[in-house]
Amino acid sequence: MKQEFPKGEIKSIQGRSFTIRGDDIDTDRIIPARFLKCVSFSALGEQVFADDRKELKGNHPFDLDHNKGANILVVNDNFGCGSSREHAPQALMRWGIRLIIGESFAEIFFGNCLALGIPCLTASKEKIVKLQNLVEKTNTQIWNFNLKNLSISNQKEIIKLHLDEGPYNMLFSGKWDATSQLLDEEEKINKTFNNLPYLNNFKLDI
Amino acid sequence: MSSGTLYDKVWNFHQVKQLPGGSTQLFIGLHLIHEVTSPQAFSALNEKNLGVKFPNLTVATVDHIVPTSNQQRPFSDPLAEEMLATLENNCKTHGIKFHGIGSDSQGVVHVMAPELGLTQPGMTVACGDSHTSTHGAFGAIAFGIGTSQVRDVLASQSLAMNKLKVRRIWVDGALQKGVYAKDLILHIIRHLGVKGGVGFAYEFAGPAIEKLSMEGRMTICNMAIEGGARCGYINPDETTFRYIKGKEHAPKGPEWDKAVSWWKSLASDSKATFDDEIQLDGSSIEPTITWGITPGQGISIKETIPNPELLPQNEQQIAKDACKYMNLKPDEPIEGKSIDVCFIGSCTNGRLSDLQEASKIVKGHSVATGIRAFVVPGSQKVAKEAKEKGIDKIFLKAGFEWREPGCSMCLAMNPDKLEGRQISASSSNRNFKGRQGSANGRTLLMSPAMVAAAAINGKVTDVRNFL
Ligand code: SF4
Repeated sequence: MKQEFPKGEIKSIQGRSFTIRGDDIDTDRIIPARFLKCVSFSALGEQVFADDRKELKGNHPFDLDHNKGANILVVNDNFGCGSSREHAPQALMRWGIRLIIGESFAEIFFGNCLALGIPCLTASKEKIVKLQNLVEKTNTQIWNFNLKNLSISNQKEIIKLHLDEGPYNMLFSGKWDATSQLLDEEEKINKTFNNLPYLNNFKLDI
Repeated sequence: MSSGTLYDKVWNFHQVKQLPGGSTQLFIGLHLIHEVTSPQAFSALNEKNLGVKFPNLTVATVDHIVPTSNQQRPFSDPLAEEMLATLENNCKTHGIKFHGIGSDSQGVVHVMAPELGLTQPGMTVACGDSHTSTHGAFGAIAFGIGTSQVRDVLASQSLAMNKLKVRRIWVDGALQKGVYAKDLILHIIRHLGVKGGVGFAYEFAGPAIEKLSMEGRMTICNMAIEGGARCGYINPDETTFRYIKGKEHAPKGPEWDKAVSWWKSLASDSKATFDDEIQLDGSSIEPTITWGITPGQGISIKETIPNPELLPQNEQQIAKDACKYMNLKPDEPIEGKSIDVCFIGSCTNGRLSDLQEASKIVKGHSVATGIRAFVVPGSQKVAKEAKEKGIDKIFLKAGFEWREPGCSMCLAMNPDKLEGRQISASSSNRNFKGRQGSANGRTLLMSPAMVAAAAINGKVTDVRNFL
């Protein structure tokens, strides 16, 4: 099943989940540097965690059959640290990830995810470990993420999550991507254009 | 906070609005693209169903991956061919002017745009390449951007930016014979450090800067980024106007005078406030060369390799790494060090005057036995003018190779590479580990004239011996 890329307001996300355990998972592990020489991001989905997957010979969470089609990832501390490459969130998104929950995220990675419409929410260590245990118990269960309540739930359990107000508002209003923010008031861009002497034959009185 | 500087004035002209996160939406007057950082930006546009807002304000060329020995299409490297074909298609689809292979204005993006008169004072210039700071030589605010920002500029002709602080670097006196713009900027980076400029725009000013030609000024601003400053600029003056006049995209007729008076009004006021100011004496600078693995590890030709133990605490580790990687010992002289390869070219020093100065050194001599030396003009125009002046002949006669324009061994994304532990004398801008195509290859950065002298003697040489 091919999922659409995130678009517009992101108020809820529904789907199956799996975990990647471990602190300080850096962007080099998420997408190794040799995949950076490419003309489009589209092949990156298959290359996500390439080296880790090779080492585990088919037993990596991103390879397991029952995780195919899952869209919620639960991670631990300082996820996405290291180089600022935009290829890392791109690779996760193209594999199918739409929501990441963890103890904490590296700042640039968090921002790069937000700019793609992938929310990264946090919770305390105890809550994350509890969630990871629940997720791993049955991999067929459907989880519901609700932005307004800042929570994720299955049929029995509900776990509260945290997200700062800025990113919350951006996701809630659908203005999370840099490009649409910049295109928000196009007339102001045109006005700036019209006031630049060098784009108006130097005719302007200044 | 700075006020009354060129940076402040140009910034104000281009402000679109304040963004919720606290940054400013800044209009981009000239957007330059090339084959390496634009393809993903175009695919992101397509995915979002967006077009290019002002196709006339984006200009494309191909430089990083082009082979310099045989530019016959298709290129022998299929990935290079694919990158070029992708750019061609994207330009065609979106109505963007492309100066491709076969065009007489193709060249390294930071060489060809000024030659066409595209770069002018008072503009904001962005390009997905860190050496975009080059264009600041004209009194523009010019800076490198990442791929998603390339997408944003294509879609909205603007960017989310935070205003930088401004540091004025005032250079008194005049450069001595045998000392070039490259020596000056290597000297500045050596003293302010490779991170010294983080968060700053550098204004280069003072008598020594004013005496530089436009090409020399471009060399200075090109390497501002190696000192950590995302942009560097020089106030426009008669030298600037003379360079632009008559170029293809220069203002013409009655517009010219109006343009000049606007440009003049942009220069930093005599009462401008800077966030920081530094003063140097240009006449005391000697030919300067890097010995290590960052552009900040420079010494004058007469100095010896520093002893890491005697350096400030924060420079010790990297200096030790550099000694090990470069296989150099503390207190050993740099002059006389043997080299294997000589490269003259790049957006730092691949312009006509660079080749001209180097050819003066080469004339009547030959490349030392066992040295591979080659010249890669920065653009088709540079190549053509050099040929008209017979400069290519001088190099060829001396045993240099004369190549087609491109980035070449500046970053070795094409077939021009160092091999194994080879050590190069290079007129480019980065000496990072592995930069020139071999994972353990070594680079000594210097002026093109110094590279020429090194080629003749087969070892690091004081160019003043040839003058
Ligand atoms: S010549 Fe070197 S620094 Fe300049 S644009 Fe090309 S690769 Fe970048």
